[in-house]
Amino acid sequence: MSGATATSARTDRSARAMASETATGPGRRGTGMMIVRMVVLLVCLLWLVPTVGLLISSFRDKEAVSDSGWWSVFSSPLDFSQWTVQNYDDVINGEGMGEAFLNSIVVAVPATVIPIMIAAFAAYAFTFMRFRGRDTMFILVVALLVVPLQIAFVPLLQLFSSFDLVGTFPAVWLAHAGFGMPLAIYILRNYMASLPKSIIESAEVDGASHFRTFWSLIVPMSVPALAAFAIFQFLWVWNDLLVALIFLQNDTPVVTSKLKLLIGDLGQEWHLLTAGAFISMTIPLIVFFSLQRYFVRGLTAGSVKG
Amino acid sequence: MVKILSAVLAILAGVGGMLAFYWMFNVLVERLPQRWERRIKPYLFIGPAIALVALFLVFPAFQTILYSFTNSDNTAYIGLDNYTTVLQDAGFQDALFNNALWIIFVPTLSVAMGLLIAVLADRLKPRGEKISKSLIFMPMAISFVGASTIWGFVYDSRFGQGQDQIGLLSAITTKLGFEPQRWLALAGYSVNDFLLLIIMIWLQVGFAMVLLSAAVKNVPEETLEAARIDGASEIKIFSRVIVPQIWPTVIVVFTTILILVMKVFDIVYVMTNGANGTEVIANRFYSLLFTDGENGQAAAVVVVLMVAVIPVMVYQVRQFRAQEAGR
Repeated sequence: MSGATATSARTDRSARAMASETATGPGRRGTGMMIVRMVVLLVCLLWLVPTVGLLISSFRDKEAVSDSGWWSVFSSPLDFSQWTVQNYDDVINGEGMGEAFLNSIVVAVPATVIPIMIAAFAAYAFTFMRFRGRDTMFILVVALLVVPLQIAFVPLLQLFSSFDLVGTFPAVWLAHAGFGMPLAIYILRNYMASLPKSIIESAEVDGASHFRTFWSLIVPMSVPALAAFAIFQFLWVWNDLLVALIFLQNDTPVVTSKLKLLIGDLGQEWHLLTAGAFISMTIPLIVFFSLQRYFVRGLTAGSVKG
Repeated sequence: MVKILSAVLAILAGVGGMLAFYWMFNVLVERLPQRWERRIKPYLFIGPAIALVALFLVFPAFQTILYSFTNSDNTAYIGLDNYTTVLQDAGFQDALFNNALWIIFVPTLSVAMGLLIAVLADRLKPRGEKISKSLIFMPMAISFVGASTIWGFVYDSRFGQGQDQIGLLSAITTKLGFEPQRWLALAGYSVNDFLLLIIMIWLQVGFAMVLLSAAVKNVPEETLEAARIDGASEIKIFSRVIVPQIWPTVIVVFTTILILVMKVFDIVYVMTNGANGTEVIANRFYSLLFTDGENGQAAAVVVVLMVAVIPVMVYQVRQFRAQEAGR
């Protein structure tokens, strides 16, 4: 749906850029254009400055961070003696952020991979098979997209504790797989519904079973949607605090719950907090900048995550 | 090492196990008479997904509704007591008021700013447009806790004699001659609430901008040209030609941010934990459950939140139906 419009808009962009070169309306040159540039520049600065402050502070030593504002480095940015990676060493090894980082990977990767195939099978059935209760069940999936997850917490905790799973990785994997399922089915079904029906029909005529059609036709054709969901789910799980707090608890901290603990424990020690925060942000930022295109598609396709 | 191994095993078991499940049952079902095969196969395909959703969402949801009528450790039914207690609780009333603030300001301001930037950046050269949009979109990748740390640093204040301010906000205000403030304790005019919801706006403008920008670029050039030939000003073109055509996207972005904000938790939990009149519903739920051990009241709070979400949910389902009808 909207994912497709985003892509077509992209191809349209260069054409539009050329059009604005030639067919200039009033205000496209001169002072009007200056104002536009100034406003965009101002907003960009406003958006960037808090993050830059965090990044700079994480490389300054303890005294420097607590005695002077981070912007004071601009008076002598090339004085390399003021830069240090000690904070990173301290927060990774001393405060346990390294272990939390590892835990986050251990949580996020299976919690992203496991739901994909289950959702893909379901999405295929919802798109290409006829059965009783299909439409009702799919409406239920759409409705579940916006349900507050909190409504499931207490009974789920009881269920997990009866299997002794509270505070273990399988508990979070299962919880995230369950919570991510409605969005996964929704994104994949919407994508599959946009595939040409004729391909599936001709496969059926050729005598291919549903199982075969699914594996050799639909899954390869759905790779963009699968990738979009995977990125979206990975970022969501990595950045999640609530589910980690409830089902993993603080004995097995992930980067978000660790960062929250550090904020509580270290309060004003901004040299460590800034380094810790930056560590927690590295993976999402890498994923974000390298896969921005797919990420946008995931956002547009499933912008109603619960 | 053990952890990584167990993660790898989980992926293998999760993916391999599920694959084996589908394959095995598929073989079994294919042995059945064709009439039965056709009937059963769809349920084989959706079975595991529906089971997960039922077990982890639907079933617990109904149980939570039941719990909202029970005492603090869910051992006896006490009628509507939890609801009367919760609704009379000052903390919860505070939370309702603050959630209303979040709901009114965050979606509106995010959409307005997102649209402004989408329209303005559209007029830049492609390179400038790409860079500026990437920068404003970037916070999308940052967690609420990370964003809270970033902004917590901005809001930091020092009160010692002769100490330099290291938080940006206090540095600016003291330069202008004001006294340093404990920003997140400023409850008058809900200043602290607004400081918190700025964080959410900072995170969401990029999302609004990306979707709205795609919509703006899809507005047919002919309609713009026609308006220009009629001598309409740029502002008129924006309000009379562009805005009506992108209105459906505005609504989608608005409802998405609205739902997000109704459930806002992390920012408040990390920054203030509801102190100084910054409480929100989801944080109230968390403290009732884990600090006070009031399971019944916590369930009542989350049921209230659920009821508040229902109108949005109904709207979503209707939209989906309309969209399917047009497919």
